[in-house]
Amino acid sequence: MGEPIRLKTPLSNEEVENLKIGDRVLINGVIYTGRDAAHKRLFDLLKEGKNLPFDIKGQIIYYVGPTPAQPGQVFGSAGPTTSYRMDAYSPSLIERGLKGMIGKGMRSDAVKEAMKRYKAVYFAATGGAGALLAKRVKRAEVVAYEDLGPEAIRRLEVEDLPVIVVNDVRGNDLYIEGERRYRTSP
Amino acid sequence: MLVNGDWKKRFIVPKSRITNHESRLRAGTSALRCAGTNHGEKMREVDVKLITEKLRDLCMKANTDLGEDVFQAFDRAVEKEESPLGVEILKELKENARIAKEEKVPICQDTGFAVVFVELGQDVHLVGGNLNEAIQEGVRQGYKDGYLRKSICHPFTRANTGDNTPAIIHTELVPGNKIKMTVAPKGGGSENMSRVTMLTPSDGIEGIKRFVVQRVKESGSNPCPPTIVGVGIGGTFEQAALLAKKSLLRPLGSKNPDPELDQLESEILTEINQLGIGPQGLGGRTTSLAVHILMMPCHIASFPLAVNIQCHAQRHKEAVI
Repeated sequence: MGEPIRLKTPLSNEEVENLKIGDRVLINGVIYTGRDAAHKRLFDLLKEGKNLPFDIKGQIIYYVGPTPAQPGQVFGSAGPTTSYRMDAYSPSLIERGLKGMIGKGMRSDAVKEAMKRYKAVYFAATGGAGALLAKRVKRAEVVAYEDLGPEAIRRLEVEDLPVIVVNDVRGNDLYIEGERRYRTSP
Repeated sequence: MLVNGDWKKRFIVPKSRITNHESRLRAGTSALRCAGTNHGEKMREVDVKLITEKLRDLCMKANTDLGEDVFQAFDRAVEKEESPLGVEILKELKENARIAKEEKVPICQDTGFAVVFVELGQDVHLVGGNLNEAIQEGVRQGYKDGYLRKSICHPFTRANTGDNTPAIIHTELVPGNKIKMTVAPKGGGSENMSRVTMLTPSDGIEGIKRFVVQRVKESGSNPCPPTIVGVGIGGTFEQAALLAKKSLLRPLGSKNPDPELDQLESEILTEINQLGIGPQGLGGRTTSLAVHILMMPCHIASFPLAVNIQCHAQRHKEAVI
């Protein structure tokens, strides 16, 4: 198993194009959190032709609803949530320059198509590894929708956040390829 | 299946997980035999405040302190896993559980629905309040004081109840003057992949295998594999689901006391791990760590089957008062 690739956000088209499924990546820099309710609000803003609450160009959104931080902790346990619930909103965000999404589970064909067309990737973080992932968050602040509690959009500064490339810009899908490779039943 | 007519021999269920069916039988007979003597157990008063305190601690402990049996199951899986990426993921899960335990932080951000099993000794007299409210209060305090995520909401409006209540409580009366409580927080991702079905008797054991394996296959990466697959066979519609859930409390790596069910567990597990789904669904040999089955008699016209999928964070803690 090769060494993981270190990437710093914001991501360029070239950096994204070089990634392929199965690559282990350590993300550094700023990323944003957002899940169900926040996505709906971002989507509605775009529909109304308004600006988003942060510059999405080259950025990564992490689908996560953390536990409350304990005293002295930067961020609570923070594993990924299931991504398909964001599928309806993701293509519009990708079109506006979003370069990466972190979650778990398969994406829709529409999202995969948008990733191919506008050069973006989908990463899986390890579902349930909330305690480990939280330690890679060095700063966290709410940038929008504080009323949503764990679902508010937060700006995170991360160091070596471990993820795996699941969908690349060529339309490959590790969920499909991985299963095919190891399947031994008919 | 019931050729010899003695279902107790055929349906060996650990005493701690006996179903209402058997506990009623046993409680009934012992009460007849020992009427007036409380079969040797002294009546004991327990203040429900103690139940609240224990519940609070169990909620926090269950969410941060993964059982040694699960750590060992991760180690066994690392040995067998052929996918290099799968091995990395399994090691990451073990490291995550270690951090959670050492730093007393939640293993997973989904700290779950609080499912509480209570075995209440019939010689216990509860004082100072009611059992249900004492349990709910324990869950309320545990999720607040433990900085656990509150994940319970109104089904339509999705408005959060704010304190992770109500808990799901399964109470069973048992002989004795003790109270055993088990808290098993259940995450939403894996629970969503669970199903109950009413097979027809002619489907037989093959029907069970087909349904369980298909369920795991269709669940893919969603329930955070490697999973533990809880299977409930027999009873009624709702009892099958409860059996499936209770089967998850059995320690990983332990054998089913019924040799026939033990064999079935291992056959189903082999088929599941041939699917190739692997850790986190990214390909590999370890799709599930174990299959656990509990079975009881069913109606002559029925063949109920329930599959309760559990993610790798197989969390549960118990206490006895």
